[in-house]
Amino acid sequence: MNFNIDFMAHRHIATVLSGLFLVASVVAFVWLGVNRGLDFTGGVLVELAFEAPVDPVYVRTILAEDGYANAVVQSLGSETEVQVRMPPIAGIDQSNLGDNIRASLVEGIGAADLRRSEFVGPTVGEELTEKGGLALLVALGMVLLYIMLRFTGKFALGAVVALTHDVIVVVGLFCMFGWTFNLAELAALLAVIGYSLNDTIVVSDRIRENFRTIRRRKPVEIINISLNQMLGRTLVTSLTTLLVLLALLIAGGEQISGFATALTIGVVVGTYSSIYVAANLLLMLNITSEDLALPVKDGGEDTV
Amino acid sequence: MPDNRVFGQNLFGTRTPADQPYRYPLWRYVIALGVLVIGILYAMPNLYPPDHAVQIEVDNASTVIGTKFTAQARDLLENEGIEVKRAALTQRGSQIHLFNELDQIRAKDFLESRLNPVGIERQFIIALNLAPTTPQWLRDLGSKPMTLGLDLAGGIHFVLQVDMQSAINKQLNDEADKATTLLREENVRYIPSEDFVSEFDVHIPFADESRRADAMAVLESSYGPPNHVIEEVEWRGTPAIRITLTQDRLNEIEDAAIEQNLTGLRNRVNELGVAEPLVQRLGSSRIVIELPGVQDSSEAKRILDKFATLEFRLEASVSDRPSQIEVLPYEGVDVRLLKENIVTGDNVVDAQQARDPETSLPQVNMQFDSIGGERINRATAPNIGRRMGIIFIEQRPVIVNEFVNGERVERTKIETTRRLISVATIQGALSYNSRITGISVRDAQELAILLRAGALAAPMYFVEERTVGASLGDENIDRGMLAVVIGLALVALFMIVYYKVFGVIADICLTMNMIVLVAVMSLLGATLTLPGIAGIVLTVGMAVDANVLIFSRIREELKRSPPATAIKNGYDRAFVTILDANVTTLFVALILLAIGSGPVAGFAVTLSIGIVTSMFTSIFVSRGLVHLVYGNRAVRTVWI
Repeated sequence: MNFNIDFMAHRHIATVLSGLFLVASVVAFVWLGVNRGLDFTGGVLVELAFEAPVDPVYVRTILAEDGYANAVVQSLGSETEVQVRMPPIAGIDQSNLGDNIRASLVEGIGAADLRRSEFVGPTVGEELTEKGGLALLVALGMVLLYIMLRFTGKFALGAVVALTHDVIVVVGLFCMFGWTFNLAELAALLAVIGYSLNDTIVVSDRIRENFRTIRRRKPVEIINISLNQMLGRTLVTSLTTLLVLLALLIAGGEQISGFATALTIGVVVGTYSSIYVAANLLLMLNITSEDLALPVKDGGEDTV
Repeated sequence: MPDNRVFGQNLFGTRTPADQPYRYPLWRYVIALGVLVIGILYAMPNLYPPDHAVQIEVDNASTVIGTKFTAQARDLLENEGIEVKRAALTQRGSQIHLFNELDQIRAKDFLESRLNPVGIERQFIIALNLAPTTPQWLRDLGSKPMTLGLDLAGGIHFVLQVDMQSAINKQLNDEADKATTLLREENVRYIPSEDFVSEFDVHIPFADESRRADAMAVLESSYGPPNHVIEEVEWRGTPAIRITLTQDRLNEIEDAAIEQNLTGLRNRVNELGVAEPLVQRLGSSRIVIELPGVQDSSEAKRILDKFATLEFRLEASVSDRPSQIEVLPYEGVDVRLLKENIVTGDNVVDAQQARDPETSLPQVNMQFDSIGGERINRATAPNIGRRMGIIFIEQRPVIVNEFVNGERVERTKIETTRRLISVATIQGALSYNSRITGISVRDAQELAILLRAGALAAPMYFVEERTVGASLGDENIDRGMLAVVIGLALVALFMIVYYKVFGVIADICLTMNMIVLVAVMSLLGATLTLPGIAGIVLTVGMAVDANVLIFSRIREELKRSPPATAIKNGYDRAFVTILDANVTTLFVALILLAIGSGPVAGFAVTLSIGIVTSMFTSIFVSRGLVHLVYGNRAVRTVWI
C-alpha cells in the first residue's frame, strides 16, 4: 500500500477539531459529571433472575412498600432479570441490605436465582476513586519520563498531550451518554493510554528516523512522509484491535460491555491523536533535526 | 560494544556475512521449540474439563477417611443407581467424581442422608466441587489448570476492615492509666481530666513547670524508645507531658490486631467446609476472604462473627460453698474453681511466649489493660500461694442436619465449649505485666496462642462484599471463551488475507502466543477473571502489532532491496520500535497491577504477560519461521 496523503495540510482543521472535542468533553464533565458506578460511589447492587418476566415498576412498588424507596430498578437483557441499586446512606451499615432486598423481593414476587450481589462501603468507594485518579496521573508521568529518556522532551510532550487528549475525550463521551463508569472502565482507560501510546511511539519512532536519514526537507514534509509510511501499519493494528473489541462487544455480555465500549472509543481516538495531536504538536514546537542530534557515528542510520 | 549501529542487532538480530544473509542460528530454533513444548505441557491441563465431584471430609466423626472408606462411599452410591466416574483419596478426604451436575447433587443429598444422621452434630463435611482432571503424568510435572476467579467460578468475596483506631485507642487509654497511676504512686500531682487521650497521643497536664519536671523524672524511665516518644509540651495553656506511640509500636499494634483476627477467621472458614477458601491480609488494616462456591452470604457472615474469650479465676478453697464452684478437668485431674471472674479476655492486651532472662526457662508473658491490671493486682495480692486457672471459651459453629417441613436442611448453631488451659500457683501479686512459668516450650507456645485468641480483638466490619451466582459464573466463562474464539478467528483471517504467507506465519505466532500466555498463567498460579479474559482478547488484537510492524517494514524495504536483505532489515529495523512500544505498554499494565485489586488486577496480569509473550513470539518465532520458509534458497518473490 502506498499512501501519499498530505496529513499536515489539514492540521489546522484538526487543531480546531481537537479543541472542540476537548471543550465539549470538559463541559460534559463539569456540567453532567461522570456517572460513577458502585465501585466508586459505594452502595448496594443486587441482580436476580426470576422464573417469569417481571415488571421493574412492580419491583419498585414492592421495594417502596418495604421501605427501600430510593432503590433504582432496571431490567437486564431478558425480562426475567432485574437489577436493584441502592445509593449509600451515610451513617448506616448497609452490609446486610443486599440480603434484605433479596428476601423482600423473593417474598413479594417468587423464587429467584441470585445472579450477583455487591456491597461496597463508602470509604472503599472513596479510596478507589482516589487511587484510580492517582493511577492515571502516575501512568502519564511515567510515560512522560520514559519518552523523554528514549526520545526528546518535545516528543514526550507530544505523546503526553496526545494521551491526555484521548483520556479526556473517552471520559467526556462517557459523561455525555451517561454510561456507568466502574473499575473495569478505569482499567479500560489505562489500557487506552497503553494502546494510544503504542501508536504514538511507532509514529514518533519513524519521524525520528526520517529526520536523521532524509536531508534537505522541511519538518512538515518529513512528518508527512513518516505518517504516510506508518499509515498502513496504524490502520492494520487499529483494525485488528477493533476486530477483537467487536468480538467482546458481541459475545462478552453485560458485565464487559462498558469496558469494551471505552476501549473501542479509545482505539479510534488514539489512532487519530497519534497523527493529529502528537505529530501536530511536534510542528507547533518547531521540531528540527537538531533536536534529534544525538551522537551520530555512521551518517545517521537509526541510532539509539 | 564496538558496533551499536542497530540496537536490535545486538540482542536479536543476526550479523552474518553479506554472502549468506539468511542463516538463522540453531540455538534460536531450539529455544523457540523448547518454549513451545514447555508451553504446551503447562497449558494442557486447562483443556481437561473439570468433573462434577463430591468431596467428603471428616468433621466430627471419629472415622479416618482412607481407601476403604472411599470404596464404601462409591459402593453406596452405585447401589443407589448413581454412576460414579472415579473415586479418589485426596489430602483432605474422599473425592468422588460424577458424570454430570444432576448426579452430583443426587450424590451429595444421598451421602448427606447416610453419613450425617439427623439431630446430632455434623459428622462429615460433604461439599460440591469441581475436581480438576489433569492426567497424572502432567501433575507429576507440576502442571495444573488456571485458578478461576470468583466472577467465573461463583462465590463470595468479602473485605473486612479491622478498626485500628479502636485498637490504638485502647492502647493509649492503657498508657494514660498506667502513667497516671505511676504519678500517683510517686505523689506527683497532675491536673485530672477526662480526655487525656486524643487520636494518636496522650497529654497529661500539670499546674506548673516544676511539677512537670518531677513527673518527667518519674515517667522517663518507663516511657521512651523504642515504643514511646515522651516530650514536654504546652497543652491547652498549661505545661504538659505528651506521650506518643512510635510508628514501630503503631505497626506492631496493627500487625497484632490483624494477626489475631486472621487466625480467628481462618479457623472459622475452615469450619465452613469450602473447597478452596482464601483468607489473607489486604494492605495495612484489611482482610480479604474468598469463598468459592458459597452463595448464602448472610449465613457466611453469621459464622464469621465471633470467636473466643478467656476467664481468669481463683481456685476454690475449702470454705467456699458448692454453688460458687465450677469443676473443670485439667490434664486429667478435676480442678475446683470459683465461678467469679477476676478478669476476662477483654482485659488481655497481648500474650507472648518468651524465656526467663535469668534462668532461660520457657514462660508466657501476659499484658493486661489498665482495668485488668488493677483487678488482677487486687485479687492476687492477698492470695499468694493459691492457684489460678485460665478458662478458654470458644464459640464455634456447629452444623446439624434437621428436618423442617419434611425437607432436610443444614442448620448452624453457635456452640460454646469451655476448656481449662492453665492452672498456675500465684507467686506474687500480679499486675499489668504478668508471666506464667513452669511450663514446657511447647505448652508455652500453645498457651500464648490461646491467650491471644481469647484476648479482645479489634472490632471488624464488612466494607465490601461481592457475590456471584453459579449461573452467572458459568455464563461469564462461556461468553468470555466465545469472545476469545471469535476475536482470534477474525484476526487470523484478516492476517492471512492481508499478508498471505506472512499472515500464516503471524497466525502461527499468535497461536503460540496464546499457548505460552495460558501456560505462564497456569504456572504462576494466576487467577483468571472475566476482565482477565478481556485482557486475553485484547492481547490477541494487539499481539499481531509486532508482526504488522515487521511486515510493513519488509514491504517498504522490498522497494529498494532484494527479498533476503529486505526481510533481514525489516526485522532489524522494526525491533527498536517494537521494544519502545511494548515497554511503555508494559509500564501502563504494571501500574494497573499495582493499583488494582480483584478484577482490575486480573486484567493487568493477562495484559502484562501477554505483552511479554507476544514480544517473544513475534521476534523469536516469527523470524525463525520466515527463515524456515525463505532461508536456504534463492528467493525471487516474497508473498507479503
